[in-house]
Amino acid sequence: MISRLFDLVSRRIDGPLMVALVLTLSLGLTVVYSASGGASFDRVLGQARNIAIAAAALWIIANIPPQALMRLAVPIYAAGLVLLVGVALFGEVRNGARRWLNLGFTTVQPSEIMKIAVPLVLAWYFHRHQEGIELKDYAVAAVLLALPVGLVVRQPDLGTALLIFASGFFVIFLAGLSWKVLATLFVGGLTSLPFLWGMLHDYQRKRVLTLLDPSEDPLGAGYHIIQATIAIGSGGMLGKGWLNGTQAQLDFVPERSTDFILAVFGEEFGLAGNLVLILLYVLIVGRGLMIAANASTTFGRLVAGAITLTFFTYAFVNMGMVSGILPVVGVPLPMVSYGGTALLSMLAGFGILMSISTHKQLVSS
Amino acid sequence: MIVGQTLRDQRAELNVFRSRLTVAGFLALAAFGVLVARFVWLQVVQREHYHTLAEANRISVVPVVPNRGLILDRNGEVLAANYSAYTLEITPSKVGNVERAIDELAQVIEVSARDRRRFKRLQEESKNFESLPIRTRLTEEEVARFAVNRYRFPGFEIKARLFRSYPHGDIASHAVGYIGRINEADVRRIEALGATTNYKGTDHIGKLGIEGAYEKELHGTTGSERVEIDAGGRAIRALSRSEPQSGNNLYVTLDVKLQRVAEDAFQDYRGALVALDPKTGDVLALVSKPGFDPNLFVDGIDPTNWDALNNSPDKPLNNRALRGQYPPGSTIKPFMALAALAYGKRTPEQTIYDPGHWMLPGVARPFRDWKPGGHGSVNLHKSIVVSCDTYYYGLANDLGVDAIHRFMTQFGFGARTGVDIDGELPGLQPSTDWKWQRFKQKWYAGDTISVGIGQGYWLATPLQLAAAVATLANGGTPVHPRLVRAVQDARTQAVRELPTRNGEPLALKPEHVELVRAAMIDVTRPGGTAVRVAQGAPYLVAGKTGTAQVVGMKAGEKYDEKRVRERHRDHALFIAYAPADDPKIALAVLVENGGHGGSTAAPIAREVFDYYLLNKRPERKQALGSDEAESD
Repeated sequence: MISRLFDLVSRRIDGPLMVALVLTLSLGLTVVYSASGGASFDRVLGQARNIAIAAAALWIIANIPPQALMRLAVPIYAAGLVLLVGVALFGEVRNGARRWLNLGFTTVQPSEIMKIAVPLVLAWYFHRHQEGIELKDYAVAAVLLALPVGLVVRQPDLGTALLIFASGFFVIFLAGLSWKVLATLFVGGLTSLPFLWGMLHDYQRKRVLTLLDPSEDPLGAGYHIIQATIAIGSGGMLGKGWLNGTQAQLDFVPERSTDFILAVFGEEFGLAGNLVLILLYVLIVGRGLMIAANASTTFGRLVAGAITLTFFTYAFVNMGMVSGILPVVGVPLPMVSYGGTALLSMLAGFGILMSISTHKQLVSS
Repeated sequence: MIVGQTLRDQRAELNVFRSRLTVAGFLALAAFGVLVARFVWLQVVQREHYHTLAEANRISVVPVVPNRGLILDRNGEVLAANYSAYTLEITPSKVGNVERAIDELAQVIEVSARDRRRFKRLQEESKNFESLPIRTRLTEEEVARFAVNRYRFPGFEIKARLFRSYPHGDIASHAVGYIGRINEADVRRIEALGATTNYKGTDHIGKLGIEGAYEKELHGTTGSERVEIDAGGRAIRALSRSEPQSGNNLYVTLDVKLQRVAEDAFQDYRGALVALDPKTGDVLALVSKPGFDPNLFVDGIDPTNWDALNNSPDKPLNNRALRGQYPPGSTIKPFMALAALAYGKRTPEQTIYDPGHWMLPGVARPFRDWKPGGHGSVNLHKSIVVSCDTYYYGLANDLGVDAIHRFMTQFGFGARTGVDIDGELPGLQPSTDWKWQRFKQKWYAGDTISVGIGQGYWLATPLQLAAAVATLANGGTPVHPRLVRAVQDARTQAVRELPTRNGEPLALKPEHVELVRAAMIDVTRPGGTAVRVAQGAPYLVAGKTGTAQVVGMKAGEKYDEKRVRERHRDHALFIAYAPADDPKIALAVLVENGGHGGSTAAPIAREVFDYYLLNKRPERKQALGSDEAESD
């Protein structure tokens, strides 16, 4: 009875990936506790609830066969696009950005849906044209990608736009867009940077400039980076100990339980802690890439690869920005930062990975 | 074959995918490698640097202000104390519109017009980033009411501070002095002393009197506390603390009860009184009337009060006892008599005839005695008892001004007594040298004649007169008055007595001193100029009256007290010691525009003697000077 129940629960769960996820999430909870001052469990309980919801989503999605997911790709994408247009037209403005849509019973952030919908729809498209992918197919894919990215940039939400773009780009890259075209695009992208610069909002430009020289604006935008760097640097090899980070506990680190939680972690657990965290991320990415490599359909391969690499992008961008080598773009540290929305889309993504990983025998037969 | 084709295609596609995946995997690994390198750089290579920055972030050293030492009178009565109270302070640089913010504050707690005026004045005197009190001495309820509304007032802060209070108000205000907010001049003074660190966190300093002169003893040593602060600058907890060292307590020589009796004795008169212990030079009472309430200065005086004090024609801020330079008048006659004996210019038996005036050979204008018709036959004793001017005109002429100068400087005339508070003026003991240096004029014989009766160029402060009479009282040991008797170490509670600073005894013959004493005793007996001072007293008083002219009169013009306006009336002087046979207290009294010494100044001395020697408080029935003029 118990073993049957266990089987029901774990049948569609990829063991190694799940272990790495659980370890990372537990690590996240301990840091959230410290980042919230170490005096109350409110935030930890809140995050535990977020994890529970996201884990449920993961389990449900893992139990949906990849073919069904493929059929859902277009509807999800279309719905996401409609909602994004809705945001642009009727969205709520919070903190100077129009990101939220009030559906009457709940408010949603449709850009989060796109993090999953874009790789799904692009993989679906390439899967349909797998017999002979031509340049025009890449062009279609580019349009499918550009629509949501453009809408999200306009909100403005640079971090999310970047992640959506990455998720789509990874599909196109893995689908085999020739190196020649990639190189051309890369050079073209570089030359269009000044043009893009002109499109950025003031605060976005400031973030880039501040990254180049944080001391320029030590009390304003540079403050985040300077204090975060001090926190991490002063942590040393082994850290100051859990709950003992002075930078974190005395409020010098801004947004310490969300985007800048790495500063708290790095200060209290030092280089050792950072290496453990990176190792966990490497394990997750590695396992994800293995699942992608062994997937039995084009759709499965592309979706699994793109989701995995998007997760990598999350981790790299956040760690890069908190440690001061990338601009501050508002990307949480995956599975550690406090917050439910990003966690939900992330674990949903891992649900898809597990679905692909555990359903392949049915397809290959 | 189509199937094979598809399979090949699929294999080719899979190969492309896997190679792409491999590339992506290695790129991801490389990216993580970059992060690892970054962390090693920050956490290993640069760790010390960031550790220092983090410590600097969280640790702030704040000064801990020491308690100021207390000032106690000779009987342990507290003259200056501290109490803790709340102030509400504003840092103007953190507040946009200060005026409007104060208006808003006035809706929460009471802010009087006086508070506003005082704040404005402080604001003008200080830098914008200093924290200045808008309200002091808040009640618990006011603190609570403000706390609730705190969010509305950025840049406002409630602080618990120690306040100075002077429980006796204007009693002894000129001696005790006051503390006030540190101004720019004080800052320079502190810098010159190299005490800047010791004044961190302190915003008051002794300005005047004992508070000013003994600042070093009273201030103490500032401690410090290393506190952990959060990003908002709020102190979270103390890490370590070096305790401040409280200032030392001062025991002053004053007897505040005697002081009160003396001040009350002046009633509405302006003037000064200095009472000394003739053996030690201890200042028993130091009066300058009118006084002021030093408590007004503690929080920064508001402009209205300041103007009232500063512009009053009574000049309450002027310490007359130390800074009032008056012609000593006839009070110097005992000293002149002593000079005559010492220099052999007169014998006790030698008599002169006083027709009511004295003629300087070669000068047509007569020098008049205060008594028309004169005193007749006068010897040394009588010259003091009746205060005969004619006797001293001739004597001064015989002595010459430089001998007078030489003799009088021994008693402290013409120089600061060196009392241990600041601001004392030296008076003036004229000499030929002085006149030459001052006016580039030679000394005329006529100049000497008025010096002989304490007029002319001669100026003395009440403190100098008191020191001189104390010297006379103790038989000729020059007295240097002092206000602080002992210092109590704040830490050990040990009381360190300060040495008295009497000079070397003067070369006076005891029989000469005795002659003068006998004459001064008779001054207070029937036939003398100050009969009333000793009437019915169970102790002997030795005294001498005096009158200092306020308005110079032409020779031959008669002084009519009733005709001159109050402010042009003569100053009344009286010097005395008692008991005359065993002096315990010596004093000098000056009553501005008091008329005759015997009628206004001497009764004040009597009240002081009665209290000091008999512990008897005066029953005052009549106003000073109401009885008939007893004359000079």
